[in-house]
Amino acid sequence: MKFLQSLTATQQIGLLFLILFGGLLLVSAVAVFVAMRDKSPQDDHGLTKFAADLRALWIGAVVFWLAWVSGAAGATILFAVFSFLALREFVTLMQTRRADHRSLMLAFFVVLPVQYVLAGSRSFDLFTVFIPVYVFLAIPVLSALGGDPLRFLERNAKIQWGVMVCVFGLSHAPALLLLDFPNTHDRGPFLVFFLVVVTLTAQLLETFISTRLRRRPVARQIDRTFGLQSWAIACLGAAFVGGLLFWITPFKLPQAMVMALIAGAAGTLGEFVMTALKRDAGVNYWGNTGQVTGAVGLLDRVAPLCFAAPVFFHSVRWYFQLKS
Amino acid sequence: MNKADALGFVLAAVARLITGAQGHWKGVPPKAEQRIYFANHQSHLDWVLIWATLPADLRAQTRPIAAADYWTKTPLKHWLTREVFRAVYVDRERKEGGPDPLEPLAAALEQGDSLVIFPEGTRSNKGMPQDFKSGIFRLAKQFPHVQLIPCWIDNVQRVMPKGEVVPVPILCTVTFGAPCNLQPEEPKADFLTRARDAVIALKPGGAA
Repeated sequence: MKFLQSLTATQQIGLLFLILFGGLLLVSAVAVFVAMRDKSPQDDHGLTKFAADLRALWIGAVVFWLAWVSGAAGATILFAVFSFLALREFVTLMQTRRADHRSLMLAFFVVLPVQYVLAGSRSFDLFTVFIPVYVFLAIPVLSALGGDPLRFLERNAKIQWGVMVCVFGLSHAPALLLLDFPNTHDRGPFLVFFLVVVTLTAQLLETFISTRLRRRPVARQIDRTFGLQSWAIACLGAAFVGGLLFWITPFKLPQAMVMALIAGAAGTLGEFVMTALKRDAGVNYWGNTGQVTGAVGLLDRVAPLCFAAPVFFHSVRWYFQLKS
Repeated sequence: MNKADALGFVLAAVARLITGAQGHWKGVPPKAEQRIYFANHQSHLDWVLIWATLPADLRAQTRPIAAADYWTKTPLKHWLTREVFRAVYVDRERKEGGPDPLEPLAAALEQGDSLVIFPEGTRSNKGMPQDFKSGIFRLAKQFPHVQLIPCWIDNVQRVMPKGEVVPVPILCTVTFGAPCNLQPEEPKADFLTRARDAVIALKPGGAA
């Protein structure tokens, strides 16, 4: 601990990446060995899913590293690109009509850049209300000017929702990077790392435990495996991991555990909501390219982060009474 | 790299950014053999989308058809279609006693180029393609060795509806089906129906 505290923030972050990539390498190596063993088809299916999750983890780690290396501006742009791709996927799955064209243009070419500029310039007061207050009004106004009354509420709700999840939600990740704490500087990357690790832990644990436990699913029509028990265990697991990581955050141990619990719960529930959404759009699982245009799977990966990041961001700001 | 190649590269990148331009090669692999791709036609972007979906080496030898009166009107349009896309120009109005409107297409095929055609002749926004014009039948008869590949372009009408100028980012796919060549002694009407059905069968999520 003494040794860790003697390092500068940059050195600590470097160490963090060393641990992160080292751990990933280790897990990947083990996965390769497991894959070479003989196994039943059922195990094989689980392994394929695990491999996909592991790949997402690798991508996430590399993105995170890039975000740190490229500094505040780079991180903001990087997440803006992800927002763009996620929103593109979302809009593709929600059947929009011709009269929505202007509202969609607004969402993609005005709302998205403005939101990220606000995040990048640390104007957090406007940042948090820009979409829920101003865009909330602007989208239906443009849509009404389009002159198509058919399913007006439904269409606007879809666009509104997509902007909330893909732009508002995801933009909180770079905002977290830029958050300034009174006594610790340049610790933003640690917070994002903390958030990503605890949401991923909760997500992986939930998947793993629910397939092991085989309890009654809460909502069979939406997700065949999601159960309250496995969800609770996953959240506690996230809290535990959050506790282990408390030294990299500005939190004390109990605070870190509570924060991790909140983020893990928000992330897994967000993923559950996304599953419901996919079912509505007629997609049963991602990666079935050719069946439904637009199901490329990015949205699925960022969904937990989209839901967890705003909740986490606001709890942190509220708890520390941060003004900027 | 000259100006035209650079612009082509940029256009393909923009098309990918906005539409994803995913190609699903269900019936055939993307191979550099002589082909006629025929697809449903819903938007001006149809050609750009198919073109962006093709691998770079196939792009160079695959050519679109452009209406001569419209696409040669201004120097920019002419340069774009001639230098970047290497379009084959056809006259929309068929004059009595004039040359066969399919003549330029036949010339391109004789050179060994591949073509992308929209046999409906015009854009439709009804969802299902309209009846096919007979041009494709005549080409199939004249060039039996050229593979006829049906394609379904999905979602592109949502990217840029009629009357709008700015495209909205929405993912699109192009599904390429198995070759649908003319059978010996097959009557024209049967072939045109069969070709249209082959295109519709590729629609993601079923033909419903």
